[in-house]
Amino acid sequence: MNLASIGLAPARALASLPAQRGMVDATQLLTACRVAYEHGAQLAALFGSDERDRDRGLLLRVVLRDGDGLTVLEHALRDPAWQCPDLTPFFPSANRMQRAAFDLCGIRWDGADQRPWLSHGAWPADELPLRRDFVGTHADPRAYEFVRVEGEGVHEIAVGPVHAGIIEPGHFRFQVVGEKILRLEERLGYVHKGIEKRFETIALADGYRLAGRVSGDSTVAYAWAYAQALELLCDQVASPRAQHLRALCLERERIANHLGDLGYLGNDGGFAFGLAQFSRLREDVLRLNHVMFGHRLLMDVVVPGGIRYDLVPDHAAALRAQSMRLRTEVARLREIYDEHAGLQDRFRACGYAPPALAARMGLAGMAGRASGQAQDLRCDFPAPPYDALVVRMATRNEGDVAARVAVRFDEVIESLRLIDAILDALPPGPHLVTPVRPARESLAFGCVEGWRGPVLIALEAGPAGTIRRCHPHDVSWQNWPVLEHAVIGNIVPDFPLINKSFNLSYSGHDL
Amino acid sequence: MLQQIMQFVRSGIVTERAPAPALDNVVAADLQQRILRVLGRALAIRQVDAGSCNACELEMHALMNPYYNIEGCGIRFVASPRHADLLLVTGPVSQHMATALRRTYDAMPDPKIVVAAGACACSGGIFGESYASLGRVSNVIPVNVEIPGCPPSPAALLSGILAAVEVSAPG
Repeated sequence: MNLASIGLAPARALASLPAQRGMVDATQLLTACRVAYEHGAQLAALFGSDERDRDRGLLLRVVLRDGDGLTVLEHALRDPAWQCPDLTPFFPSANRMQRAAFDLCGIRWDGADQRPWLSHGAWPADELPLRRDFVGTHADPRAYEFVRVEGEGVHEIAVGPVHAGIIEPGHFRFQVVGEKILRLEERLGYVHKGIEKRFETIALADGYRLAGRVSGDSTVAYAWAYAQALELLCDQVASPRAQHLRALCLERERIANHLGDLGYLGNDGGFAFGLAQFSRLREDVLRLNHVMFGHRLLMDVVVPGGIRYDLVPDHAAALRAQSMRLRTEVARLREIYDEHAGLQDRFRACGYAPPALAARMGLAGMAGRASGQAQDLRCDFPAPPYDALVVRMATRNEGDVAARVAVRFDEVIESLRLIDAILDALPPGPHLVTPVRPARESLAFGCVEGWRGPVLIALEAGPAGTIRRCHPHDVSWQNWPVLEHAVIGNIVPDFPLINKSFNLSYSGHDL
Repeated sequence: MLQQIMQFVRSGIVTERAPAPALDNVVAADLQQRILRVLGRALAIRQVDAGSCNACELEMHALMNPYYNIEGCGIRFVASPRHADLLLVTGPVSQHMATALRRTYDAMPDPKIVVAAGACACSGGIFGESYASLGRVSNVIPVNVEIPGCPPSPAALLSGILAAVEVSAPG
C-alpha cells in the first residue's frame, strides 16, 4: 500500500512479512482506510494499547493487509475522551474489533453500534482491563440488546452458551419463519479469560506457552507466530533446520484438524461412517505426534529460538510411511464422499458465502479460499522454508459447504506432499538456539498461516525481559460475521453443518 | 456402498482395551458391569467448556473415535444436563461462563458427579485467576475428581471418568 500517496512517510515495521508503519491523525486514518479499501486491502487486526505513561494517550493500531504486506496505522488519542472515526464503512469486520477495543482499552468510536462486545459486564464499565491502572473489581453481568425481527410468523430460537455437543460456548440467536433462518445474531465473549492482560504478567521468554493456548487447535501456528515476533525483537533468525521442523509441525496440525473436520462434516451430514474413518486417521496422526514430539497436539514444541525436540531418523521413516498411508486412505474416502448422493445433497449450495460477499466482508483463510479469496501466507509471503517448498494453494469459487470440504481435502493432500518435501530437504544443524541477546523494547509482528487462516501476534517487549503488550489475532474475528450471512435462507437443522464447515474459534476470538 | 463395506473390512476393529481407573485399589474388571453396578444403567456425561482453549475438547472428541470407542463401554455424551449422571468441566471458569456452569450443575438430577478435566479446570492453569477468570472449577461448583494434563490424553480422561464413577459408588 502506498502511504506516500496520501502524504505519509511510513517507516519499516518489524514483521515476519514486508511491513510498514506510520502515525496518523483521525483524518489521515479515515483517508488511509478508504484508499486501502479502494485498492482491495483487508483489515488484518485492530487493537488498542494504554500508552499514557509514554505521553501518547491511548494508542490505536489498525493493521491492514494487501499484496505488498502489512500496513500498521497508529493513531494516538491523547485525550481518552476523543473518538475514533468508525471504520466499518470500509471494513465490516471492524465492528466487533472496535467494540472490543472499547471494552478492553476504552477507545471510543463514533460508530452507530455502541453495544459492548467482549465485555458482558462482569467488570465495571468504567474500569478497563488493558489500562495500566486497572484494579479489577467485580460487577454483575448486564443483558445484551439483540436485534429483533418482527412480523407475522417470525419466532426466535436462542441457543447456547452451553451447546448440545462437546463444543466451545457461544450464544446464537436465530430469527426464523418455520424452519427457514431469516437472521442469525452471534453473541460471543463467553470464554473471555483475560489472555491479553495475562501476557503482561509473564516473562517474554515464556509467552510462547500462553500463545500456544490462545486456541488449542492452532497451538503450533500461535507459538510459531509468537516465536517469529520474539526472534525479530532479539535480532535472531531460527536455524534452517528449526524452520523446516516448525513447518513440519504446522502441516501436521493442518492435517489433524482437517481430518477431524472432514469426519464431523460427514457426521453432521448424516454419514457416521465418515466420522469413524476420519477420526481413526486423525488419531493415527496424533499418536505419531506424541511419539515424535512428546505431545499429541504439539503444544510447547515450537519455542523461541527453534524447536524443542530434534527429529530422529527413525521418526522420519515413520512420517514418510504415515504420509503414504494417509494419501491412499484419504483419496479412497474422498471418492466415497463424492459419490454419496445424500451427503452431496447436504453439502452443495448449503451455507453459501459467494466470492463477492467474502471479498466485502474480508473472509480469510481456509473458508476464504473456498469462496474465491486466493490468499495464503505460505504462498503470498513465503517465509522459510515455504519459499523453497512452493505451496500449491487450494481454492474454490462455489463458497458452499461442499467447497469448504473440497478445500480441506486438497489441503490435506498438499500438506502430505509438503511433509515429504520437508523431509527430503531437511538441513543439518542445530534445532534450537536459545536467544541470548536482550529483546529490543519495540513492537514486532509474527504471522503464520494456521489451518484455519492467518494467525497474527503483535508483541511489544518491555524492559528487562517483560511483555509490555501482546495482542493475538485469530482469523475468526473476520470470519464469524460471514457465518451470520452464510446461514440466511438455510434451514435451522443445517446450521450445525454450516457452522462446522467454517469451524471458527471461540477461545481464539474471545481471548 | 461396496466401497464402504470394503473400507469397513480394510479398517478392521481397532478398538483397544479401556485403561484401568486412576485409582490404585481398583482392579480392572469388566467396565460395563462396573458402570451398571454403580449407576444401574449406562453412564451419561454432560460436558461444559467453562473457558477452555479447546484442546481438552479435542481430546474428548478423540474418546469417541474407534480406538477408544467410549460408547462401546456404555458411556455417552448427552445434550441435556437433565439426562446426565456426570458433569465433565474443562477450562478455568471464565466470569462470563460462571452462571451457565452453575445452572447446568443445578439442572442435573441427584446424585451427580463432577469431574474437572485439564490443568485449567484443576488449578486455573496458565490463565489463573483474574478479572475475567475465576480459576479452578471447584471455586464455582463442588468437584469429585480432577484429571490433570494439558490437555489430558484420551486414556487419562477415560481413567479419570472411571475413577469418578468408582468413588461415587455406594458402599
